[in-house]
Amino acid sequence: MGQPVMGKIKDIPASIWRFYRDGFRNMTWGRPLVWLILLKVFILFAILRVFFFKPAMKGLTDSQKSDTVAERITRQPHIQIDTLNQ
Amino acid sequence: MDAIIWSRIQFAMTAAYHWLFVPLTLGLALVMAIMETIYVVKKDEFWKKTARFWMKLFAVNFAVGIATGIILEFEFGTNWSNYSWFVGDIFGAPLAIEGILAFFMEATFFAVMFFGWDKVSQKFHLASTWLTGIGATISAYWILVANGWMQNPVGTTFNPDTVRSEMASAAAFWDVISNPVAVSKFFHSVTSGWVTGGIFVIGVSCWYLLKGRQKRFAMSSIIVGGLVGLVGSGAVMLSGDSSGIHAAEFQPMKLAAAEGLEDGGRGAAFTIVPGIRIPKMLSILATHDIDGYVPGINDILNGYTDNEGNMVPSVAEKMAMGRKALDALAEYRSLKDTDPESAAAARAVMEENVRYMGYGHLEKPEDVIPPVGVVFWAFRFMIGLGMLLALVALLCLWFAWKEKLPKMRWLMWIAIICIPLVYICGQCGWIVAEVGRQPWTIQGLLPVNVAISSLGAGAVKTTFFVFLAVFALFLAIEIRIMLGAIRKGPEVEPENI
Repeated sequence: MGQPVMGKIKDIPASIWRFYRDGFRNMTWGRPLVWLILLKVFILFAILRVFFFKPAMKGLTDSQKSDTVAERITRQPHIQIDTLNQ
Repeated sequence: MDAIIWSRIQFAMTAAYHWLFVPLTLGLALVMAIMETIYVVKKDEFWKKTARFWMKLFAVNFAVGIATGIILEFEFGTNWSNYSWFVGDIFGAPLAIEGILAFFMEATFFAVMFFGWDKVSQKFHLASTWLTGIGATISAYWILVANGWMQNPVGTTFNPDTVRSEMASAAAFWDVISNPVAVSKFFHSVTSGWVTGGIFVIGVSCWYLLKGRQKRFAMSSIIVGGLVGLVGSGAVMLSGDSSGIHAAEFQPMKLAAAEGLEDGGRGAAFTIVPGIRIPKMLSILATHDIDGYVPGINDILNGYTDNEGNMVPSVAEKMAMGRKALDALAEYRSLKDTDPESAAAARAVMEENVRYMGYGHLEKPEDVIPPVGVVFWAFRFMIGLGMLLALVALLCLWFAWKEKLPKMRWLMWIAIICIPLVYICGQCGWIVAEVGRQPWTIQGLLPVNVAISSLGAGAVKTTFFVFLAVFALFLAIEIRIMLGAIRKGPEVEPENI
């Protein structure tokens, strides 16, 4: 009895694979949508991400990032506190 | 214009674009799940075909909308790096959960929903349809946890060593995910998506009726869409009421700006439009008390006593405390390795004043006032359009139920016009929420001028126009495919996608 159960379990990945493969193969109106998604993902990750959206603190260690943000955060506008308390 | 303005415009455009797709996804998911449930219960092929048609439009919307939210995360890292670092500990978990959940639930159940007709059992397919919608809804929750924390930063402490807001314990994580602002925002946003889905279905179905096509399909769709739209409208009103209470409690300036309320008081009136006011109504809405105190813009600037009898400091006092916190932070960081005792004293001063740290970056008290005109009118358009949409959903549902709708061409035209209006309504809601909380990226802790990265306006301008072109192209493609699918109409015979 154990063998058929194991066989079924082994067959699961293949079934899932066939399910997706047949699904994509039999597409009619959905096909251009898949191409649209692939085109968009390409534009997002291969063009925009690579050329336009480089993380501003890329390459810094966590400690350097803390220092950078601390320096930026503690820079204050030039206004006297006394003026505010008046 | 400088980098801050361009970065804000770019972020606003990206978020607004993203919100064109999300509400229809949430709303249509519910509509098609209800239709498929009717099919499974009644075993009537008509409902299967009806559900499949709306699934097709859902897929078009999903395909164009997918991954638009990721662009916001790109912008966090590039344009808002100080902010990203500051919130990293809070945003990391919710956004990661959202990403994983969205990917796995959508990749699995979305695929079963489209590829699984006649391949899996009816009940498994139905479960997949429901789970696709539930997955999208749960995804929205995690995003709104992140957004809610920016509006009301609960459950965290500022760590001067890492310069981040951090969750110190599991209890803190619970505080973040159960933040009342996040909860009411979630219900408000999701149910507004139901209104969008309902109105979209009604409007498209009315087009078929006007063309004399697909009468049974259109009338049945209007009844389901009308119910979803009406239930959504009711839930939007209830969750909007709790959003108002939370704004009064956590973001009184946003409420004052939305009301154009210069001087507040007890028993405050609600302004419908300038010159027309309902006495006491604002106090009822904001505090659930006819004589509740609602502070106006000047009260917030000058300090006031809230409904619990607490003295709320003036903005100038908050600025002074904020500067103390910032000075103490700088002192702590410069001394922590050389003079631990003085550093500990500086840290204590910082912790005492950290609640108002963001105010230390303001140049003048008036900087805390958001653009009042924009917020005031966006609020009125949101409420006015929301009421119109609820009325149209009710009328269409009623007359479709009575089978009189096909003779009421005026109502069907109004229903079609309501499709763009429901999007305008949703966008106005986000304008109230996000413009209304300016100048803060994180309420009271981090204003936009400090949250931004050190970058030039030219770089942001370039990406803004690149986005504008890409977004416009994809939107045009979506509208074209969507209109093509609507013109073709529901299939008579079963089909694969």
